[in-house]
Formats: sequence, structure tokens, C-alpha cells
Amino acid sequence: MALPSYATPAQKLWHYIYLAICSLVLFFLVMPLLVVIPISFSSSPFLQFTPEMLRLDPEAFSLRWYRLMMGDCSDPGITTVCSDNWKIGAKNSLFIGLAATALATTLGILAALGLSRPVMPGRKLIMALMISPLIVPLIITASGLFFFFARFNLVATYPGLIMAHTILGLPFVVITVTATLVGFDHNLTKAAASLGGGVLRNFFKIQMPLILPGVISGALFAFITSFDEIVIVLFVGGPDQITLPRQMWSGVRQEISPTILSVATILVILSICLLTVVELLRRRNERIRGIRPT
Amino acid sequence: MTHNQSALAVSKLYKRFGDVEVLKGVTMEAGVGDVISLLGASGSGKSTFLRCINLLETPDSGSISVHGETIQMITGKSGAPEPADMSQVIRLRARLGMVFQSFNLWQHMTVLENVSEALIHVLKIQKEAAVEKACMTLDKVGMLDRKDYYPAHISGGQQQRAAIARALAMDPDVMLFDEPTSALDPELVGEVLKVMRTLADEGRTMIVVTHEIGFARDVSDQVIFLHEGAIESQGTPAQMFENPESDRFRQFLSNALH
Repeated sequence: MALPSYATPAQKLWHYIYLAICSLVLFFLVMPLLVVIPISFSSSPFLQFTPEMLRLDPEAFSLRWYRLMMGDCSDPGITTVCSDNWKIGAKNSLFIGLAATALATTLGILAALGLSRPVMPGRKLIMALMISPLIVPLIITASGLFFFFARFNLVATYPGLIMAHTILGLPFVVITVTATLVGFDHNLTKAAASLGGGVLRNFFKIQMPLILPGVISGALFAFITSFDEIVIVLFVGGPDQITLPRQMWSGVRQEISPTILSVATILVILSICLLTVVELLRRRNERIRGIRPT
Repeated sequence: MTHNQSALAVSKLYKRFGDVEVLKGVTMEAGVGDVISLLGASGSGKSTFLRCINLLETPDSGSISVHGETIQMITGKSGAPEPADMSQVIRLRARLGMVFQSFNLWQHMTVLENVSEALIHVLKIQKEAAVEKACMTLDKVGMLDRKDYYPAHISGGQQQRAAIARALAMDPDVMLFDEPTSALDPELVGEVLKVMRTLADEGRTMIVVTHEIGFARDVSDQVIFLHEGAIESQGTPAQMFENPESDRFRQFLSNALH
């Protein structure tokens, strides 16, 4: 990004304007996330910066909303509802998210492999159907699933929620894996076949490791989709299926408690950690093998 | 040379891709220890022929026998022929070592892992023994000092030598070379041809699709010239190169040498 020494004044000017525009865009994107963090440490029961906080008075800061989030109801000053729902929600979201991701990834890889074959009748139609959860308004998918699942007694059950979230996650896996397969050299599996490898072993030992980056990014999207999904949960889930987004939603609707900001802060930090780790692993992997990013 | 035993026999092989008939009844036999060079212009069907031998491409008709064992074909549901018993094909493929034009080394494995992979998982050799065998084979092609490199970090010639080692380590009955030097920079061709000469001198049975006229002339026992999917002429290098009967082959030679 450094300017070359022979840059003209106009180029220099544009360079700085360009940097300013980029910074502004990033600022607008990141600010709403960052502003949550200090308020979550406030001792005030309202969602606001108090004058004491701005003066950096230590009294104005506390971890009480974090304690509340963990189900610690011993704080006498708290008037809002205190329960284990945040913990239950986190556990449920994690469970549903992981199960739906595993299913969506398995099915998505299989679908992408089939759709990438040169001879595949109805490829466009199948692809369109599989991508449709991305395009159809979520509320329509949700109400459709509600009536469909009701016939099979799948409403208000974990299998029902997992299946519904699998449908939402599937398009991401199909799209990323299909894109990775475009760059996959099928001669590599032919080489494995020429050495007497069976079809399954060739897939798991040769093809799968090479398309893994696409699989992982698809799986991440699928997981995140499930993890912060609320509409389907409201329609298809029952009162027992408290997930994190659902708890946030009811938290905002019934009572405006800064607990929600504590949860948000933790989620932001967790997502940053997760994405950083995945990215670092991917880069390390590429560096070791000398595979240039395509 | 006289050979009693047939290592590979291919009879009346036909293959068409859509409307294009690529192979029009190619028949060929290789005795144990024979080196056969397949020459021909691009599009003459020589690579397809090689890929049909180990059924990476399924031929439309014709028969293939490895050491007298014929690959059984049946007509599949779609009307196209397919192998009757895939496990037989997989077993025979392990005895036909193939070297590709584009090396096709697995990028996510080191050179050593590329070579030992099939030893461990196809031949079911113990890991230590497999690694030892892989190292011996790599030593033979002069790649032992590069065994822990990933393919992206070595030159094309080194990759191709590693690929030869990968096929060779399986101790195949026949080695199939599909234009092994065509993807290489000119200065790297020599090292690969040298390895191939060594293998020929050891008495390996080799079918080589190549554009290297010199290699075909010096090393092979038999030269086959394919033209538009059929054998135009064949014979010993002496017959073929000193006094070519076929006008087309003479034409091909003069194009290739200029």
C-alpha cells in the first residue's frame, strides 16, 4: 500500500482520499460492535453511557451483567429476571449448530460432488432448489416448515430444529464446495485410481484433503447461520428449545437488560477468535505445502 | 529379444467420444521386458489408448489382458460397456504403474508420502517397510534428498521423477508412461529420460507414449505409429527409423525433427 516515490501529487492525493474512504467504511462497520463492549461493563441498569463512566469512575463499572448471564442471582440490586436461560440457550445453540453443521456439511459435499459431474441431468434445477433457502424470505421457509413438520410431529423437537437449520446451512456448503471443485484437478484422483485405490479411499485420502478449505468455510457459514438464527426457532421450536438468539430476542422484548450486551460482547470475542484461528491454520497449511491461493 | 510370456495384450480396442471415433481397433502385445514406444501426432489417440489399458477410460469394445488375465466387461444399464467386476480392475490397476504428463502428485503430501501412500493402503505393507521401500525407490530415481519436500517446492523434472517412483514402488508388471516429458521445460527433460532408460535397462516392461524420437529410437524394442486412432505402421526401431515404409510416418518424423 506504500506509495511509490515517483507518484504524482494527484496520485498522492487520491491515495489519501482512498485510505480515508476505506477507514470510514470500516469505522461504520465495526463501531456498532465495539460500542457494545464498554456498556456491557456498566453498573447502570440502563443501556447507556453514564456520566460516571465517561469520567472513568471505577464505581461506574461492574461485572454484574456477566454474573447475571451466568445465572448468578445473588446481586440484590438487579430487578430484571434472573435465570439459567442464557446458559441453557448457549448449550442448545451450540448443540443444534454443531449437529446442523455436521449434517449440512456431509449432505452439501455429496451434493456438490454430484453437481460437479460433467454428466448430471437437471443440474441447474437441483442447484436452484438447494440454493432457494438463501433467496426465499426466511419467514416463508419458516412457516412452510412449521406446517410440514407439524404433520410428522417434528415441531418443538430438537431433530426438527436441526433439520430446519441443516436446510439453511446447506446452500453455503454446496456453493463453497462446488466452487472449490472447479479448481480441483481430477487427474489427481485418476492417479490414485491408477495405483489401485478404491473410490472411497481415493475420496477421503486425496480429494477430501484438497477441497478441505472450501469445506471448512462452508461449514463455518452453516454453523454461524444456525447459531444466530431466530425466525425458524420461533416457528418450529417449542418453549423448551431456548437458543441464544431466542433468549436475546425475548430479553429485548420483555426487559431491556444490559445482560444482552454481555452476551453480545462474548459472542463478538468468540467469533473473532474462531475466525482468527481458522485463518491462521489455513495460512500455515498453505505456507507449509507451498500451495498458492487460487 | 525373444519373449515367451505376454505381459500385456490389447486386442481390437475401440473408443469413441461422442461423434469422434478416437480408437479404431488398436491391437498390441507386449512381452515381458519389452519397451514399446507409441508415437503419433496430437489427437492420434495414443493417450486415450494408454488410459484405456488401465480403464481410466472405458473402451467401447475390445479386450485387455494383463499376464493372461482378461478384464471382464459387461454391458451396463445405460447400454455402454463397463467392467463386470470393479475389484478386478482395481487389482489389475495396481499392477499397471502409470506416469502422467502432468505428474499428478498429491499436493497435500510430501514426496515420501506420495510414494508410500499406495504401498500402505493398497498393497497393505507395514508402514516402516513401506517407508523403507519408498526410500529405496526414491533413491533409484535420485530423489531421496527431496523426500520431505512438498510437490509445490520442487522442479517439474523432480516432480516427474517422484511420480515415476510412486508408480515404480508398487512393483508393477507394466509401466505406462503418458507423455512423461511433454510438460517439462527442455532442460529438465534429460533427467526424466535418464531414469526411464535405467528402468528399460533393468528389463521393465514399458509402454511409452512420447514425442521424444531419440528415446523411441534408442531404447524401445518396438515402435508403434498411431494415425487417427489406428496403427499406421509398427516395427523395430531399425525398421521404422532407417527405412520408414509409411509416408505418413516419414512426414511425422520430418516434422518432429525440425
